[in-house]
This record gives sequence, C-alpha cells and structure tokens, in this order.
Amino acid sequence: MLKNFVMPDFYPAAPEIFLLTMACVILMVDVFLGRSKRWITSALTIVTLIGCALITYLTMDGQVVLTFNNMFVDDLLADFLKLLVYLAVIVVVIYSRDYLVARQLDKGEFYVLVLFATLGMMVMISASHFLTLYLGLELMSLSLYALVAIDRNSSRATEAAMKYFILGSLASGLLLYGMSMVYGATGTLEIGGVAQALHLGVANKTVLVFGLVFVVSGIAFKLGAVPFHMWVPDVYHGAPTPITLLIASAPKLAAFAMAMRILVYGLFELAEHWQSMLMIMAVLSIALGNLAAIAQTNIKRMLAYSAIAHMGFMLLALMSGVVGPDRHYALNAYSSAMYYAVAYVIMSLASFGMVLLLSRAGYEAEHLEDFKGLNQRSPWFAAVMMVTMLSMAGVPFFVGFFAKFSVLIAAIDAGYIAVAVFAVLFSLIGAFYYLRVIKLMYFDAPVDAAPIVASLDMRFMLSLNGIAIALFGLFPNALMSLCTYALLRSL
Amino acid sequence: MLSLSHYLILSAMLFSISIVGIFLNRKNLIVLLMAIELMLLSVNINFVAFSHYLNDPAGQLIVFFIMAVAAAEAAIGLAILVALFRSISSIHVDDLDSLKG
Repeated sequence: MLKNFVMPDFYPAAPEIFLLTMACVILMVDVFLGRSKRWITSALTIVTLIGCALITYLTMDGQVVLTFNNMFVDDLLADFLKLLVYLAVIVVVIYSRDYLVARQLDKGEFYVLVLFATLGMMVMISASHFLTLYLGLELMSLSLYALVAIDRNSSRATEAAMKYFILGSLASGLLLYGMSMVYGATGTLEIGGVAQALHLGVANKTVLVFGLVFVVSGIAFKLGAVPFHMWVPDVYHGAPTPITLLIASAPKLAAFAMAMRILVYGLFELAEHWQSMLMIMAVLSIALGNLAAIAQTNIKRMLAYSAIAHMGFMLLALMSGVVGPDRHYALNAYSSAMYYAVAYVIMSLASFGMVLLLSRAGYEAEHLEDFKGLNQRSPWFAAVMMVTMLSMAGVPFFVGFFAKFSVLIAAIDAGYIAVAVFAVLFSLIGAFYYLRVIKLMYFDAPVDAAPIVASLDMRFMLSLNGIAIALFGLFPNALMSLCTYALLRSL
Repeated sequence: MLSLSHYLILSAMLFSISIVGIFLNRKNLIVLLMAIELMLLSVNINFVAFSHYLNDPAGQLIVFFIMAVAAAEAAIGLAILVALFRSISSIHVDDLDSLKG
C-alpha cells in the first residue's frame, strides 16, 4: 500500500493551511504581548482572515476539485460560503473588542479559539467525506464550547457552556451513529460514493433509512431546529454577547453547507424520507420559535427563539428542492435556502451588534427595556435597529423580506401550499415581537440616559451592516444570482 | 460464531443506554460525561463491525479519529465542569437552572 502513496494536492486547501499556520503564530505572538498591546492580536486576527479571503478569492476558478483522496472538495459553493464566513468572523472580532476589553476578557485565547472555530467551519464547508465533515464539526464545536466558558467567573456562562457541551456532544454522537449506519449500508464514507451506491441501488434501504433518522437529528441539533432546539435559548442567553454573536452567525453557514453536502449531495435518493422529517421540523420550528419569542423579556433570548424560527424557514426551503422531474425548481429551492442563511447571518450580526453597542463596562444591555427611547439617545443607531427588526420580521424591501419571499415561492412551486400559508401566518404573529422593539425605541422614554460609547470602527461597521440590510433588500437579485451560480457550478 | 447483527445489537444497546443516561439522569454531571463517552464508543463498535464485514479499512480508520476527538471532548467537558464547580459549588444536574425564560 505504502509504495503507492501519492502526495496529495495541497493547493485547494491553501486557505485552511494558511489559517492554521497563522493561528499558531498568533498563539505564540500573544504570549509575548502585554495587556496594553493586545490590539496587535486582534489586528493580526483580522489580517489573517483578510489573507484567507484573498487566497480563497484568487484560487477560485469555478471547478470542482477533489483532493486528499476525495476527502476534501473545493468548489464554488465552498469558496462562496467561506468568503462569507471570513466576513462574518471579521465583523464579530470588530464588534467584540470594546466589550471584551471592558470586561478584561480580551485574552489571546479568544482570538485563537475564534480562528480555530473558523478553521472548523471551513473544513466542514469543504468536506466531501464523513470523516472530514466530523472533524470540521468537532473542531468548530469544541472551540465554541470553550469560548462560551471563556468568562470563567460568570456562573451563567459556565452553565450555558455545560448545557451546550452536553447537547452538542449528544448531537455529534447521533450524527456519528447515523454515519456508521450509512457506511454499513453503502460500504463507503465518501459522500460522492454514498450517492453512487444509492444510485446503483446496491445499498440496504432499511439500514440506510434507520441511519438517515440519526443523521437528520444530528443536523437539526446543529441548526437548532425543533425538537432539538433546547440548547439555543440557554446558550444565546448565558454566553457572553460576543460569543452569542459568533454562534448566531458564521456556524449557521457551515451547518447549511453540512446539510447540503449530506442530504442533497449524498443522500438525495432518500429525499422522500428526509423531506417529511424536514417538513415536520420546519413547521414546528416556525411555530414554536415565533410563539415563544413573544414571551421573552431578554433580547438575547428573544433573538434565540427568532433564530429557531428562521432556521425553520431555511429547512422549509431545503425540503422544497426535491421531487419533480424539473431540476430548475430544485436549484431555485436550494439557492433560496442559501440566500436565507446568508440573509439571516447579516441580520443576526446587526441585531447582536446593537446589543454589544449599548453594553458598556459593568452593564449588559440585554433586556428589552434597555432599548427604550434609543431614538433620543442616538437616532442613527435606532434606525439601524429598526431596519434590522423590520428585515427580520419580513417587511418588504429589506433583505429578510426577499429571503422569506423566495423560500415561500420555492415551497409553493413544490406543492406545499398549506405549509407556506402556515409559515406566513406565523411570520405575522412573529412580527409582533420585532415591532415591539421598534415601539420601545421610538415611543418610550429612555430608562438609561448614558451616552453610547463605542469605538469608531465599530460604529462604522454597524452602520455598514445596517446599510447592507437595506441595500440587499433593494437589490436582491445580485446576491440571489450569486447563490444560484455558486450552487449551479457545484452540483 | 458471532455474526454482524450481534455486534450491531450490542452497539445499539450501548447507544440506547447512553441516550437514557443523558435524558433520565438528574443527579450527577460526571455521569453525563460518561454517557457521552459510552455513546462514542458504541459508534466505534459499529464502525469496526461494519469495517470487518465489508472488508474495508476506512471504518477502522475513522475509529482512531473518533477516539482522539473523544479524548479532546472529555478534556473540554471536564474543564467546563471544573469552572462550573468553582462558581456554583455543585455538580448536580438540577442546579443548572439559572437560565430560564
């Protein structure tokens, strides 16, 4: 065996290799820096991510390249999602700095763990083998567990970390058990090989469907869809806000990639089975997410339930992509799922960014009352929050509206008219709690009249974020056609 | 002679025990960590059994990776447990109740 060893092509994995090297360099550099020079670590992190973005962009050629014995794939879908992940993580690092410095949490570990979590997401996005998928997932999850517990003195944060750890490990276990069943039925761990074995009909269907149930539960856990959503509110609530911001943004893109790779690329022939599972989860997530969010007084918890509802919408799009001889509908549905994931990431960055903006040393702006009278304190940021909330509610001409609209079109095209009507009804119910935030900001007197202190780059980035929500809403086709093109070239 | 299904039934039983251990255990967090380890090990049995049955080494290879990840996972889990014990002086599952809403 060994004499046949061929050196794999490292070129497609260049961004991952660069990121890993730089994470180790940053770990070393940070040891020699004092507290006053900690900004260098943060700057290096951003430079690293920009470097990764440059490498990914320059090596992007639209071809599907497999390397490391078909374990790793570099296609346009991967490149596009990775660029978005870098962008989201850069925004997270910029938003978090003031908060972390004020609480003396701006340790080197934070930046290194964020980079390792990013590396995990990149490996997950590029995985074309169950092993790489699992390793990427674990690298991401383990870094996130540690990040949630980074504030060791906070009992709330450590409790959230423990809950996240236990339920996250349970999800990985379920996913692995499902993978082992799929392996037993098809005789291969390669996602492409699984699809081929299914196509040839050589696989044992009973074992496969049994395994599929576990794989789908594992994916649903990572996305935070009902009935596997228990960790979402507690972790969003308990984790330090910058970590909540991270968990609520980039990992959703990686989880979308995981769902695409396993369900669509690998187990497409079992679509009739996973479709019904996704439908139940989508319907339950949209209902429970929107109803439970109404009762919340903590904005992080409210946004967590809203995240559950949003993931329900994404699952609705994913399940609409199958059945029917026409590939056109399938492409539409998957690109609307991807568009939804991207839109959700942009919106959740802005919403948690606002929570971070209003927080300061010794004060967490995490209750809904903290947003009271924001218009009198800062009309511009009240407007940014209003745009974000309207977009999340799905009010026309913001990015969230077109995301919901394209998902609903995909569902109706696939013949799920009842489900689409149900989703619209619950979005209407959900609009209540988004609009309540706007009412508090514009029509109530401020409880906390302290001026907003934030660094210039954070104000700039948050403004850009708000403008992006409005601009992508006015010109939805640009992003939509990018999603469609990336998927078309990678199928 | 032991057949493939014997191994699969064993691993399914271990897997079920670990799931029950996670959901029904209301006492000790360490037991939860043990249940998670048990779950990963039952998956390993599955992989090795299939690997032998299919005559394909890939299944045995993934087992090594799972064991390495399980070790890392146990380390992080215990680290979080120590941090938790320092702040709430308890490892009782029912004491994890400060996050509600």
